[in-house]
Amino acid sequence: MMLQPLSLAACAIVLLLLTAGSASLYRGNRRLMIMFSFALASVASLLATIAGIWTVGSEMTVKGILPIGLPDLPFHVRFDPLAGYFFTIIGLLALFVSVYSIGYVQGIPANRPVTSLIIFYCLFLAGMFMVILADDALFFLVAWEVMAGASYFLVLFEHERQENRKAAFLYLVVAHIGAIAILLAFGVLAGIATPGSFSGYTFDAMRGAEIPDLWATVAFFLVFFGFAAKAGVVPLHVWLPEAHPVAPSNVSALMSGVMLKTAIYGIVRVTFDLIHTFPWWWGAIVLTLGLISAVMGVLYALMQHDLKRLLAYHSVENIGIILIGIGLAMIFTSFELPMLAALAFIAGLYHTMNHAIFKGLLFMGAGSVLHATGERNMEEMGGLIHRMPWTSALFLIGCVAISALPPLNGFVSEWLTFQAFLLSPSLPAPIMQLLIPMGAAMLALTGALAAACFVKAFGVTFLGHWRGHHHPHVHEADWPMRIGMLSAALTCVCLGIFPVVYINWMDILAKQFVGSSISSSAAAYGWLWLTPVSPERASYSGTTVFLGILGVVVAVYLLLHVRPGAIRRVPIWDCGFEKLNARMQYTATSFSMPIRRIFGHLFSIREEVSLAPQTAHKAFPKRLQYHLRVVDRVWNWMYRPVVDVCFWLSRQVGRLQQGRIQAYLIYSFVTILVLLVFAS
Amino acid sequence: MDMMTAAHINSLLAAMVLLTAFGMLVQKRIYGLIHLFTWQGLFLSLNTAVVGYVASQHHLYISSVLTLALKVIALPYILHVLIHRLKIHKEVETVVNIPTTMLIGLALVVLSYHLTSPIRELSTLITRSTLAIALATVMIGLLMMITRRHAVTQIIGFLAMENGLFFAATSATYGMPLVVELGVALDMLIAAFIFGIFFFHIHTTFDSLDVEQMARLKEDE
Amino acid sequence: MSFYYLFVELLQVVLLLALAPVFLGWVRMVKCWAQGRTSAGLFQPYRDLAKLFAKEVLLAENASWIFRFTPYLVFGTAVLAGAIVPIITVDLPLSPSADVIVIIGLFAIARFFTALAGMDIGTAFGGMGSSREMMIASLAEPAMLMAIFTVSLANKSTSLSQIVQVICTTGASIKPSLAFALLAFVLIALAETGRVPVDNPATHLELTMIHEAMILEYSGRHLALIEWASAMKLFLFVSIGIAAFAPWGIALANEMLSLPLALLFLVLKFAVAGVGIVLIETGLAKMRIFRVPEFLGAAFMLATLGMLSFFILD
Repeated sequence: MMLQPLSLAACAIVLLLLTAGSASLYRGNRRLMIMFSFALASVASLLATIAGIWTVGSEMTVKGILPIGLPDLPFHVRFDPLAGYFFTIIGLLALFVSVYSIGYVQGIPANRPVTSLIIFYCLFLAGMFMVILADDALFFLVAWEVMAGASYFLVLFEHERQENRKAAFLYLVVAHIGAIAILLAFGVLAGIATPGSFSGYTFDAMRGAEIPDLWATVAFFLVFFGFAAKAGVVPLHVWLPEAHPVAPSNVSALMSGVMLKTAIYGIVRVTFDLIHTFPWWWGAIVLTLGLISAVMGVLYALMQHDLKRLLAYHSVENIGIILIGIGLAMIFTSFELPMLAALAFIAGLYHTMNHAIFKGLLFMGAGSVLHATGERNMEEMGGLIHRMPWTSALFLIGCVAISALPPLNGFVSEWLTFQAFLLSPSLPAPIMQLLIPMGAAMLALTGALAAACFVKAFGVTFLGHWRGHHHPHVHEADWPMRIGMLSAALTCVCLGIFPVVYINWMDILAKQFVGSSISSSAAAYGWLWLTPVSPERASYSGTTVFLGILGVVVAVYLLLHVRPGAIRRVPIWDCGFEKLNARMQYTATSFSMPIRRIFGHLFSIREEVSLAPQTAHKAFPKRLQYHLRVVDRVWNWMYRPVVDVCFWLSRQVGRLQQGRIQAYLIYSFVTILVLLVFAS
Repeated sequence: MDMMTAAHINSLLAAMVLLTAFGMLVQKRIYGLIHLFTWQGLFLSLNTAVVGYVASQHHLYISSVLTLALKVIALPYILHVLIHRLKIHKEVETVVNIPTTMLIGLALVVLSYHLTSPIRELSTLITRSTLAIALATVMIGLLMMITRRHAVTQIIGFLAMENGLFFAATSATYGMPLVVELGVALDMLIAAFIFGIFFFHIHTTFDSLDVEQMARLKEDE
Repeated sequence: MSFYYLFVELLQVVLLLALAPVFLGWVRMVKCWAQGRTSAGLFQPYRDLAKLFAKEVLLAENASWIFRFTPYLVFGTAVLAGAIVPIITVDLPLSPSADVIVIIGLFAIARFFTALAGMDIGTAFGGMGSSREMMIASLAEPAMLMAIFTVSLANKSTSLSQIVQVICTTGASIKPSLAFALLAFVLIALAETGRVPVDNPATHLELTMIHEAMILEYSGRHLALIEWASAMKLFLFVSIGIAAFAPWGIALANEMLSLPLALLFLVLKFAVAGVGIVLIETGLAKMRIFRVPEFLGAAFMLATLGMLSFFILD
């Protein structure tokens, strides 16, 4: 067989499955097991990345039928540029995280067995790759379940804690409700594609089918619900900030970085590929939910003081930003403006890649901090920049990237999204022209709040003094971890300063799915200038901005250091107070207080100040205790009623339980009678 | 003055009317409110004159002068006197917080743009695009009455609503017949006097002009 | 021709570096006059900078590299922005490398690092300044972009040079949308450059300072760079305002000879802008920190009204 992308991809998956299978063979030699398994996982991820880059670059589509599956219902696979693109995203981050894991998993306390972690890690990766490859509903759902199941066990890794079990359970419930919706949607599509037979389960059949509007809408909403539950779109996001933080950090990086992207893949695949013609209001709904997710995600992130929870809420935000791009692309497509749709589509998919990389980087950084200090609570940290120079510098790159600041990658995709927003006057409906630019304001708010949030995250964690009560021995991350983070950080920088090269490569996706490409205009002035519509309209050169800042900084530094710079280290100026201590620093809670107060009505906040211990007079307290509880309103608005209804139903059903054998016999008897009456 | 310039001036004045409407929505001080209301009347009167000139509808000049006399001079004067007599110079409170009110106001502008779009497409008048602004002014006046709890601010909201209606008539059909307009103007004046009398009564009964006090009128069960 | 491009680029940067402190001096001078005080002269900011550059740097014991790197970065982004914003001409070779969104992004990255530097030392003041600055920035940025977008929609471009070119070639007309956007822009520029009524650049009173609280620990050349950069930031915001709303006088594409005239216009416009800033600053009192959201909310409302009236009225 000729070497081709599909066989490379297959190799990667088989290698991952083999790695999972062989993990238990190392018997006792934990060090060797970790090293070999994650090295093999890295190799597999590298293969997948190469396969993905190759497919997108060569613009080819390969199909295949696997000899496994159910009788007469074999698994179909298809490796087209869209699949290749997501292969690249998943593969690239999986590569970095697998290298990182070599160091990270070694650091897990020796009394905790890690064999299961390795097995499920590999299965999880393989599941994600298979989801992308699948070309029929059956294989897709099987792969989807492998992915969900494996990640469930990974969330449950530290299962002795009650909260972890709760989070994992919640995750499993939401994942399965989503999976049911997806299953039903595929059922609708397949049923219409080939009524009366099972052969409609392939995506090819669905693609070719003429789907009536009503059923298309039903299918789209089911599928969007299912994937939105997986992606953590507000209001279906509540599981995400619970489940992502409690998994080991390398797994959190993968879950936040790429597992959510499989849902984005699903939305794009079903909407643009399988259903392919849709009314504008689908796009409007996607756009609205994207905007809400983006703003609410970042606002809730700001309220967190658990580093990993904060990052998890930012995933909600970034999924929102991706959906903004996708939603705009859908609106533009339905009005037959392929050029504009291509711009929005590329912006959304660009952000998909960006988010995978910088979120992976940030979770890896958070993992290193957790590893070094044993703390997830930012209020107990501070000053780590002195002890962990590598981690802090790399984490900072991630912070700058996710805050959408030039010249890194997060900015490029947000900039493209802004440009797409500004093209709304081309739309035929006046009300849409008017409303869509309002979304740009919300996106700007999101970006600015994200910057505030990451000033807080980085400032409280790495800067200042150590705030905690106990003083652990903090050590820098070891080399595999550093290499993992370093390569992710470098990717962030490259994606930020060479956007044109990247867009040229991925442009085939826009051509295939929205019928127009932007590279002819985007790259019309060479690799240096990104001009998404026309050079008069807007242009951006990440390289120039990067080199410009760098050049001025270096020049000024050198100019000022011609004579030996006199720098004297002195104690902090304390305004004559003389008793400064680390407890007087701003904390995460106090940092976000102004924003908490401004947007207070969006959260349900409970603040309490109590005197502890009670003193004789209130005016002379020995210690004040401040309690703050910020609860996701969505819990009370949406989930609490659902839970209540479930409990109520269960109680009603519970009445059937009598404990008397005769009662049960009556039930069976009545059932038989009813069946006989109605089935005859 | 050619048509283009007139259309520009017309839309600029419309924008100013909208701006004063928003200003009233967020203004906390009563005197500030009255000043804004005066400005709104002035812009309205100017706009009416401009439309009258462009459309050669000479009765609009009379409307314009009437607006000037009533809404820029008489009503603000009456309100000033009222406030002076009743000794209320404090900041007025708002029921809903100001940013939220502003956002609702913006949404109302979008909504009125959407609602007036069929008329805009049919109409050939140069003032057709300001119809959305006029409708928005009416809605914002009503919003102001809803979000304020002080009786005087509610009256100003009511008057602002009337401004919006007048503006809508000008921009949709180049004004109402003069008889109707005169009647409305007279009604307004009388309404203002009646309000004044009521204010005094409310003030002496409740010792406050906070309309929340009205809730006390309800009999307890 | 390429020599000319290089020349104007350098000229712009030099003008920015040279005129920014003078403009600051001008604002202070007019302010002194307005308040009946004797002014320290137009060139006092230069003397301050020279003094700071000559002094040694006192660095807190636990300051990390971020604290030392920030002044250079802040200075660098300001200089780069100055090379892109059309101050005297649109013929800037660097101008395609960033449109107005990127320029706002450049200021954002400077602010990001300043806020980090404020937290680096671990004093309560630094953290307070950072927290407040980021709060104000996160509310100002959407309003800023809305105001800018209104201009961009009207001129079908986000590139400042192109906006200048379009406005200057199509001639003037009073558009309500632009009037709203300008009002909003002025309010936000006051907030972003830390002027009264949002922040007071002259205060070192504990509870009222925002920007000064973040940079409280800086000294010597680091402080000089930051002060210079903030003078440039003020200068650049005025320049952006001029370019987006009143660009007449800026030399257009291939108009070398109008450079001297452009320079004259520049001086005139900045003189007027300085007086305008002083009028606002002396007319208003500094706000409580939690009144600022209302102020910025009003700016956002104005910007949004500008955008709405672009669609409704224009």
